Amino acid sequence: MRGHRLALGLGFCLLLGTALCSLWMYFENWLRVSYVPYYLPCPEILSLYPQPKLLEQRPAELLTLTPWLAPIVSEGTFNPELLQHIYQPLNLTIGLTVFAVGKYTRFVQHFLESAEQFFMQGHRVHYYVFTNDPAAIPRVPLGPGRLLSIVLIQRHSRWEEISTRRMETISRHIAERAHREVDYIFCLDVDMVFRNPWGPETLGDLVAAIHPGYYAVPRQQFPYERRHASTAFVADDEGDFYYGGAVFGGRVARVYEFTRGCHMAILADKANGIMAAWQEESHLNRRFISYKPSRVLSPEYLWDDRKPQPPSLKLIRFSTLDKDSSWLRS
Amino acid sequence: MVLCAHFSAATSTSLQGEGVLGGKRPQGGLCNWGSEGILGQSAGRKESTSYPPVWKPKCCSLCTVIFLLITLVWVLLGAGFLNLRNSRLGRQVGASEVGGELDGPQAVTLSRMVYPQPKVLTPSRKDVLVLTPWLAPIVWEGTFNIDILNEQFRLRNTTIGLTTFAIKKYVAFLELFLQTAEKHFMVGHKVTYYVFTDRPGDVPRVPLGEGRQVVVLEVRSYSRWQDVSMHRMEMISNFSRRRFLHEVDYLVCADVDMRFRDHVGVEILSPLFGTLHPGFYGAAREAFTYERRPQSQAHVPRDEGDFYYAGGFFGGSVAEVLRVTSACHQAMAVDRAHGIEAVWHDESHLNRYLLDHKPTKVLSPEYLWDEQLLGWPAVMKKLRYVTVPKSHRVIRD
Repeated sequence: MRGHRLALGLGFCLLLGTALCSLWMYFENWLRVSYVPYYLPCPEILSLYPQPKLLEQRPAELLTLTPWLAPIVSEGTFNPELLQHIYQPLNLTIGLTVFAVGKYTRFVQHFLESAEQFFMQGHRVHYYVFTNDPAAIPRVPLGPGRLLSIVLIQRHSRWEEISTRRMETISRHIAERAHREVDYIFCLDVDMVFRNPWGPETLGDLVAAIHPGYYAVPRQQFPYERRHASTAFVADDEGDFYYGGAVFGGRVARVYEFTRGCHMAILADKANGIMAAWQEESHLNRRFISYKPSRVLSPEYLWDDRKPQPPSLKLIRFSTLDKDSSWLRS
Repeated sequence: MVLCAHFSAATSTSLQGEGVLGGKRPQGGLCNWGSEGILGQSAGRKESTSYPPVWKPKCCSLCTVIFLLITLVWVLLGAGFLNLRNSRLGRQVGASEVGGELDGPQAVTLSRMVYPQPKVLTPSRKDVLVLTPWLAPIVWEGTFNIDILNEQFRLRNTTIGLTTFAIKKYVAFLELFLQTAEKHFMVGHKVTYYVFTDRPGDVPRVPLGEGRQVVVLEVRSYSRWQDVSMHRMEMISNFSRRRFLHEVDYLVCADVDMRFRDHVGVEILSPLFGTLHPGFYGAAREAFTYERRPQSQAHVPRDEGDFYYAGGFFGGSVAEVLRVTSACHQAMAVDRAHGIEAVWHDESHLNRYLLDHKPTKVLSPEYLWDEQLLGWPAVMKKLRYVTVPKSHRVIRD
């Protein structure tokens, strides 16, 4: 009888353990289901679009695929209506961070107005404006489904310091807030304007943009950090493209890791008393060699209006505003 | 809780009889119920000859502790077991994001590599389209650097499953298929060949490289070759759900009556990929052999369609392959119920699916070619996976 009771007791324990395990598995399954599907679903009613021409001889244009098979996005490589049809039902929210510190607050108005016109039309957008002077941020009328949040940050004495701190600020902001509010996030410079549509063709896991000044230049002439002492060091025979620090983005989790990694590298340099040649852009470039972007934006997405527009770039979408740097940085 | 009563009764009895524990019994405050439990009652009656009807609370703490310990052991065992599975599953959720687009699991640090600089103003291929209108790469020779891709996938310890069906006389193709796969398919990576066959004894023993294995899965055959072809979808979806999800990261579903004659590697891997059919890569969409009858689930109207994909080489992450094969299987079941069979069977349904769910990579016809029928045009820089000549009449009976 004692053994009988013991057996019953053990049997009960077994039942409880199994129940706990199956509860565990159930919740695991339940949690696992919530992720964005990776095929691109196309709804049935679809506006007709021409068949892609596989064997067309085309004049020499831009490279459209990186050697690691990441698309290089430029006008003519994609069908905007098709992509809109695909991405609209996913109901994504795209975040946009921009830093307007000190005198740079004067750019916010024009930036936001142009973003309202061209950035991710038809999608939910959340602007995050980082500034030390919230009162100086103008109230720009926003379309439906578009929000603006002002985030207060500290102003530093040197403009280089402000610039390099962006990585830290962005990663912290994502960890504290943005990961709950947006699916994708872009980190752009504020002293620019949108001139043409910037849509879901830019969405990817980790997105970089090719710097307009160096797309036609051999890698030895890229302004990488060349001092071995820096964590941003790039050797002469390394490097794919020179990416611009003014545009990068991707899935929130990937951007978090990317900015955090850059921030750590910047900290290491600080500890060694060195600042990279182009501040965080140097670190960004170093990191993009080791962690290749999954999508690359052509210089259409990061242009310098002072340069003459070459025929291979059909549609400039985001470009600089002419400004007096020396005054701004004082 | 009644359990506690049993334990306390059991231990108390032994203690009473032998004084094994001796000394003080631990004070417990947990068990302060009466002897009225259902089980306790019957037990109680037997044992309570020399016992008061109310169990002493002191011995209960010990049995509670034992009870909790045993439950804890079970939970830990279960957790450990699940963690083992999770190391696979965790990969699945993220694995969808690998490769060109959608770099799933947190990207890995590439070691220093030296290779020629990509040139922004020089397209890799001027003669063919390398990017679909939805920004999926079309993989041709010259568009990719295999060293970078190999490193990216090796760092993630990627395992690739290759499924193939060798039903009835098709077992004869296995030897050449596996031998050439050993030379050209995903060399340097972990590979599991899943051979579906109704004749497991006829599967040849082919020497395999390191990290590569053959798994033979016995399945039933069908009398009609069309049914054999179509039921591949059902079988792949079943085994994906039950097995492949936990064993591999990517699945490649290939015809067996073929051989590999050039490199087929990780450049093809992405959440969902299809291959351009070699007979239609230059054709207008009206000429594609889609199923044109509106009654079929695979119906595609004449003004729709991007490419005509081949049914003999497709794949993706296990989760996506599970989706496509399940969807095709269900669509074929609906068609069967309506008494209609799509013109090109599972290939027609695959094309319908890939129209609605755009693939994340498209493979050029280099990845499925027929040299006898189509020769070797200039646009094909390599012929990687080609048909083996066979007599359809002989092999399909």
